[in-house]
Amino acid sequence: MRVLMRGNEAIAEAAIRAGCKCYFCYPITPQGELVEYMARHLPQQGGVFLQAESEVAAINMVYGASAAGVRTMTSSSSPGISLKMEGISYLAGSRLPAVIVNVMRGGPGLGNIAPAQGDYFQATKGGGHGDYRLIVLAPSTVQEAAELVMLAFDLSDHYRVPAMILADGMLGQMMEPVELPEPVDEGTILEKPWALTGAEGREPRVVLSFDLDPQGLKEMNLTLQRTYREIEAHEVRWEEVDTADAEILLVAYGTMGRIAKTVVRLARAEGIRAGLLRPISLWPFPYEPIRALAERIPVVLTVELSAGQMWEDVRLAVEGRAATPFYGELGGVVPTPKEILSEVKKHAR
Amino acid sequence: METGVIFAGFGGQGILLAGKVLARAGMDQGLEVTWLPSYGPEMRGGTANCTVILADEPVGSPIVDAPRALVALNGPSLDRFEPKVAPGGAVVVNSSLVPRPVRRKDVREIPVPVNDIARELGEPRTINMVALGAAVRALGILPLQAVIQAMVEELGERGRKRLVEVNREALARGYAEAGRFLA
Amino acid sequence: MLADAKIPEGYVRVFRRPDSMSDAPYTYCPGCHHGVIGRLVAEAIDELGIRGRTVGIAPVGCAVFLYRFYRCDFVQAAHGRACAVATGLKRANPDLIVFSYQGDGDLAAIGTAETVHAANRGENITVIFVNNQIYGMTGGEMAPTTLPGQRTVTTPEGRDVRATGYPLKISEMLAQLDGPAYITRQAVYDVRHVQMARRAILQAFRNQLEGKGFSMVEVVAACPTNLKVSPVDGNKWVTEQALRYFPLGDLKVRDR
Repeated sequence: MRVLMRGNEAIAEAAIRAGCKCYFCYPITPQGELVEYMARHLPQQGGVFLQAESEVAAINMVYGASAAGVRTMTSSSSPGISLKMEGISYLAGSRLPAVIVNVMRGGPGLGNIAPAQGDYFQATKGGGHGDYRLIVLAPSTVQEAAELVMLAFDLSDHYRVPAMILADGMLGQMMEPVELPEPVDEGTILEKPWALTGAEGREPRVVLSFDLDPQGLKEMNLTLQRTYREIEAHEVRWEEVDTADAEILLVAYGTMGRIAKTVVRLARAEGIRAGLLRPISLWPFPYEPIRALAERIPVVLTVELSAGQMWEDVRLAVEGRAATPFYGELGGVVPTPKEILSEVKKHAR
Repeated sequence: METGVIFAGFGGQGILLAGKVLARAGMDQGLEVTWLPSYGPEMRGGTANCTVILADEPVGSPIVDAPRALVALNGPSLDRFEPKVAPGGAVVVNSSLVPRPVRRKDVREIPVPVNDIARELGEPRTINMVALGAAVRALGILPLQAVIQAMVEELGERGRKRLVEVNREALARGYAEAGRFLA
Repeated sequence: MLADAKIPEGYVRVFRRPDSMSDAPYTYCPGCHHGVIGRLVAEAIDELGIRGRTVGIAPVGCAVFLYRFYRCDFVQAAHGRACAVATGLKRANPDLIVFSYQGDGDLAAIGTAETVHAANRGENITVIFVNNQIYGMTGGEMAPTTLPGQRTVTTPEGRDVRATGYPLKISEMLAQLDGPAYITRQAVYDVRHVQMARRAILQAFRNQLEGKGFSMVEVVAACPTNLKVSPVDGNKWVTEQALRYFPLGDLKVRDR
């Protein structure tokens, strides 16, 4: 049955259905409905909802709950995510699974509460200190947001890598019909042989993100890197729209991804053969699919709500095979399909 | 086919709920819908608004360049959104509060004294449903009954069942009022 | 090792390593009080028979290797965040016995917010707070608890309260809150006080078993290395200097 839900609410409900047992948060706009939904519904399902004293505390509570072996999540928006970066680095270093939701808003600094995509670098290149990655999934519809939250918990458990849902204020605030995923069968959630459950009848376990011996820390890092290579090999996700005969390829994710779909339709109505590649996993990034398309499509136009952060990855993928113009909006301004269409016209032959 | 509707007014006039009821009715009728509240830079100016899209295919952009209908419950909303309405589109104006007529000649003006009607109904909070009823008539996409049903469900979920009857009347009154201006 | 040596006929063992401790040698400096405090924690765990359900939280600071000295599960927390990590662990699995072990920089400077709010929520955890008035591991910098006039590498002329404030009395602060069940300040500079501290730590764990809520034992300790004094003079520093600002005793005891 389809229900009409806000993105923020669908993310929260999907987390509960994914078996999230502990959710820690600090209020911030534009993800307030996510916090409120969890406060109302998670305790009813036997889970823990706790409003922490800060984003820093919230992510460290996630760290503790994850170490205890339960599925756990926190959510915030850009400035709050910056505060969480310390804890996220520790999660990555300690190989603790967790899901972090970033409903992005305008930045830098306090910025504003409008939708933006200025946290792409922070999300996909590590964000905190040290050599680590997050699995980053970018939904473009409320339906996809719910599905990717379920996936994020599974991937995070499987690889022991924290996963981030990178949404934005528009997706968080808007309502769409959503077919909610079935709740997971808790019996199918991965065993966690590293979890801290008390050392009764077994050797004590430790969860650490450090090793003062450089050789030891190198080994820890190599384990992370091997995991990242495996994720790159198996978890790249993207969507293509009308790419078969395209003469210009748009690359856009999240909210811009869905707006770009409208642009493709408008362009084709005017005889311009536009296509779209929408990355769903921002890390691992779909370098190969974009490279393959750039072999035959002469123009690859990146469209973002930023000054061109994903654009760098698109250019790394294209590597000179096609022209790589960029169109972006800043500060929370969201371009209309018509504005982007005129940009498409500028670059199409 | 995509139909965009903008609901705009003061905060507290029930604009967001009116939009949600329309979106919900559309969903129940098997359409693809989006509902986007006033948000971000659009929050400046003291008005609340939301954009609803009804479509027969998945909706791309939830932002509407040229709405097929505008519901303006106050003057600033009319000033701001009138220029955006698609040619041939409908503008439901709250004539109880808006002192001027619609300026454009290429849109259909539907003046409805929603505050006066709501007062007559004995429940001032029904202004949003009076206006929605008029918009439903102007759009001609959804049967009034589907919108009433969505309203009943929505109020039921909010624990406002006792307001169902008066809101049913409000939707019907708005719907009938709009009929006077539509061929 | 000696501790495991067979006891000859006619002898009785009167002193042994607690079961909860591993045989890893301490990495603390001579005269440091961490060793005694760490042992008292292990004795409490033994006495209550909770080793198999205890999770310790190692801080950042001199006790960063704490997990090596125990035979229970351990997690290492970011600097100052131990009380938040403890909250996550305990809320996720209330059957665990969760304790954090933190120094003054960790608990009373960078982690002040986490400490105050965990206490205020009455989190059912046990906190061991080692107050030695200095940052030991990083090389002897001023701590929030450094005494007025005390020389450290970052207060080379002595702590000037006009510029850097006063020793932070975090136990007194927490005792004002409604949340905590037990706030006490102890010391381990002589046998009598070691025994008192032992009882306090035991009580702090027992409170958790009984679901009473946040319990913290502050231990006023010496860091002879950074004070640049002998171990004996380190003890004197505690009695003659530190206790003037940090008087011993229970600050809050809630029966419920």
